[in-house]
Amino acid sequence: MEVKTYFRRATDLPREELFGPGHRLCAGCGPAIAVRLALKAIRKPVIVVNATSCVEVASTPYPYTAWAVPWVHVLFENTAAVASGIVETLDKLVKEGRAEDADVIAIGGDGGTFDIGLQALSGALERGHKFLYICLDNEAYMNTGIQRSGATPRGAETTTSFAGKVIPGKLEYKKDLASIVVAHAVPYVATASIGYWLDYVNKVRRALETDGPSFIHVLTPCQTGWRFDASKTVEIGKLAVETKIFPLYEVINGVYRINVKPKSFKPIEEYLKLQGRFKHLFEPQNRHIIDEIQQQVDARWKRLLVLEEVSQRW
Amino acid sequence: MTTAKVIGLRGDDAVAYAVKQCNVDCIAAYPITPQTIIVETLSKFVSNGEMNAKYINVESEHSAMSATIGACLAGGRVFTATASQGLALMHEVLYAASGLRCPIVLAVANRALSAPINIHCDHSDVMGSRDSGWVILFAENCQEAYDLTILAFKLAEDEDILLPVMVNLDGFILSHSLERVEVIPDEEVKRWLPPRQAKYKVDPKNPITFGVFSLFDSYFEIKRGQEEAMRMVLKKIPEIYDKFYELSGRQYSNLVKYKMDDAEHVIVVLGSTAGTARHAADRLREGGIKAGVLSLHLFRPFPTKEVQKSLSNTKTVTVMDRAISFGAQGGPLFEDIATALYDTPNRPLIASYIYGLGGRDITSRQIREAVRKSIQAQEEGKKIIRMGFIGVKGGE
Repeated sequence: MEVKTYFRRATDLPREELFGPGHRLCAGCGPAIAVRLALKAIRKPVIVVNATSCVEVASTPYPYTAWAVPWVHVLFENTAAVASGIVETLDKLVKEGRAEDADVIAIGGDGGTFDIGLQALSGALERGHKFLYICLDNEAYMNTGIQRSGATPRGAETTTSFAGKVIPGKLEYKKDLASIVVAHAVPYVATASIGYWLDYVNKVRRALETDGPSFIHVLTPCQTGWRFDASKTVEIGKLAVETKIFPLYEVINGVYRINVKPKSFKPIEEYLKLQGRFKHLFEPQNRHIIDEIQQQVDARWKRLLVLEEVSQRW
Repeated sequence: MTTAKVIGLRGDDAVAYAVKQCNVDCIAAYPITPQTIIVETLSKFVSNGEMNAKYINVESEHSAMSATIGACLAGGRVFTATASQGLALMHEVLYAASGLRCPIVLAVANRALSAPINIHCDHSDVMGSRDSGWVILFAENCQEAYDLTILAFKLAEDEDILLPVMVNLDGFILSHSLERVEVIPDEEVKRWLPPRQAKYKVDPKNPITFGVFSLFDSYFEIKRGQEEAMRMVLKKIPEIYDKFYELSGRQYSNLVKYKMDDAEHVIVVLGSTAGTARHAADRLREGGIKAGVLSLHLFRPFPTKEVQKSLSNTKTVTVMDRAISFGAQGGPLFEDIATALYDTPNRPLIASYIYGLGGRDITSRQIREAVRKSIQAQEEGKKIIRMGFIGVKGGE
């Protein structure tokens, strides 16, 4: 499988900032990094459709805006549907000389994508609109104050999965969103992490070059919700990959390709111990949860290796 | 104005026929009885190349309205249709459409709301969306469903207005009834509504941020602005009615007045029941009661001054609502009429009657009985009848 690399170093990216400084996101905000980088990887003008989220709220406090591109926010769960309308109408109007050509990028958080927006996303993927959907995954409803979502990992404490004496944080595992998207048989699906920014920007560009719907699930650590020092965002984004809890891979026309495959991986504890949301797991009565998370991480990695191998033969 | 073609169309067909003629760029389609014929007919038009529009088969009404907003912000002329649960599912998106000042046209084939599930006509659906910031029009027959759809685009896209418009047609009673409809030649409608040139849209050359985060220092003014736009509808709609007359030869107005010149006892109604009410008025006049009928094409913005003028010299006003507002004093139309009459010098008796829920038939005789009850109450010195019922089993 031949995959094109568009950017090899930082200087390959444009200096121009389309997601401007002055937005009101936290210092060390993972999603802000993902948005800024995505807009540096575009191939032609873009229109951004943004679900209700931290990024949406913090980037457009009227009368200010951080966006130097056309930008639309409608509601929480309908971002993919709004994008559908823009993509199709723009296609017609551009052909008739009534509008400027542009790529459409939809952006939603994990709540807006894994949970409340899943139906609209599924519908848009099935219909095959040519657009890129980026899910900025910070693993909880951060905009409303760190509540559990379908993307919150097992063991994590949130304000609605409190780590108490009886229930030690979230009991369930994270929903495998990328697999759900892959099941729609769309031409381009990728996972990414802001810790691997070069990998991520190339994926954004590949997605935009795709003729059909494309999807990027990017892990965007949240220092406020995950409780780590604001200087550690990128490091945590790297550790998620190095511990295999968030593997980086692409599925291009159904064929899996794992992007980062080091010889030895770090144990999951190294990732968990840096984050306050997992602090309670290190108490003796909860240590078994760490073991279980490790087992699940290993099993999912094994499954991914098999998928990569098997899908080459499809 | 040239010679019109006369064809037989069901209400839903009439709406679809109008949409076909209006240079619509994008349609979001999701089926729901009794609206489904509209999107089916449009699918046929698009698939056969009779209409050059994008047709998006969305996966819910929520997404239908959402895709329509996107299409509208992309600069297109857009249309979608729904009914009942579909309109209820769209509810939050309706507010986004009006707040973003998207001139969308939505046809609603009015149907009751669950539970229990019922597919037949009443106005519970539209009344639930009454305060969503949409202009609300009611058609009385299939001809009006056709005409008002064309008119709705002109109204919505007026740069002084820029509001979404809902065209209501009674489910089954109009949506599925074949009637004689005069259609305007294609090229004349297309000339009347040339391809949309949107002033505000997502344009890379002029990047605009749509749908900002607005707090207590700005939100109120934005909402007040929507109210100003509503007032602008009242100001500009007569001009649009006149232009539509030039196009079609049919003169519209906010109110339809029947035998109102000397009427002492007036029936007020929305939608297809107006015809039955006129029959009732005729019969009442045969019996010596000076009856008249006031029906409304325009429900939002509410044409208060005209309503006041029409009802100022009456003795009784019988307001018929095909929707119930649970726990209120009467139906939604009643409450508007009652408020309008508050500062008129000779307040007539005003009566609220709920009728026809879930498609229950309404007869001329039942309407006459309601008017007689209003008259009796007025003669007894009463001023108001709150939350009465017509045609319900087990006591009214």
